[in-house]
Amino acid sequence: MTTSAPTPSTATPPAPSPQAITARRVSSGTTATRALGIATVVAMAWLVAFGLGFSPADRDQEEAVRIMYVHVPTVWLAYLAFTVTAVCSGLYTFSRQHSLGFDRFAGASAEIGVVFMALTLVTGSLWGKITWGVFWQWDARLTTTALLFVSYIGYLAVRGLGGGHHQRAKRSAVIGLLAVMEIPLVHWSVRMWRVGHQEATVADPSGDVKMDGLMLFSLFVGVVAFTLLYIWLLLHRSRSLAMADRLDDHGLDRALAARRSEGITS
Amino acid sequence: MIGLIAMEHAGYIFGSYAVTLAAIGGFAWRVVRQSRRLADQVDDSDKYWC
Repeated sequence: MTTSAPTPSTATPPAPSPQAITARRVSSGTTATRALGIATVVAMAWLVAFGLGFSPADRDQEEAVRIMYVHVPTVWLAYLAFTVTAVCSGLYTFSRQHSLGFDRFAGASAEIGVVFMALTLVTGSLWGKITWGVFWQWDARLTTTALLFVSYIGYLAVRGLGGGHHQRAKRSAVIGLLAVMEIPLVHWSVRMWRVGHQEATVADPSGDVKMDGLMLFSLFVGVVAFTLLYIWLLLHRSRSLAMADRLDDHGLDRALAARRSEGITS
Repeated sequence: MIGLIAMEHAGYIFGSYAVTLAAIGGFAWRVVRQSRRLADQVDDSDKYWC
């Protein structure tokens, strides 16, 4: 009795082991980002509990003050995100290495900042409807905020124009460094043009905070929750951009190799 | 709970929280989904965080 073994050419390739599949599926997450994600969810739950439940109504704004616990942290984090974009743009432009890692951090931070800025505009308009009776006023604070938002939409549009990675980085770094100059204009617009929007309560230059303790704590919880969220999103998004760039490079390498092989065979 | 629902301007206040949570949840979901899709196509040696 003879048995014929299958030839190597007809044999089916062995299925990858479960360990190999697991190893291939390393995403942008790590143990640290998972812990950060859990902390963010817990902080957000605290924000909802304190913002909507435990915090008292304000003497002047009454219940509308509850919107401040999401509105103020979103605008602060949008400022932070755009500042990080500018710092990373500067580091890319003025460092000797011109590391694309800085550019990816700048791009990721701008994307998150745009989301937070959009939320600032939406929650601010809901607060405005309660307090002023209208969703929108063309006053200096609101107009400069909208201008800042549109500027960073433009920044993201420029990033998507195409070209090489360093072309993208150079173009967007210029806009990132220029657009950040609008932040002081937005922040100080209330004092410069005496508009309807209220002045800063916590970040008052005199340092005199006129807020109830529980209200201040609710705002603090909001800032902590959004800061954790920002860091979590920044890590994931920058890693995602790094993978996208790597795939672009591989695609270019493959195209060049194919072109060379065509040249050899023809 | 009844006190929360009976809150003055409850629609705008709850709406602001709902929009905020939905937007950040949606954005986070998109980021994670995109990174998982890309991670399947990139070697682990190219992932500096590994």
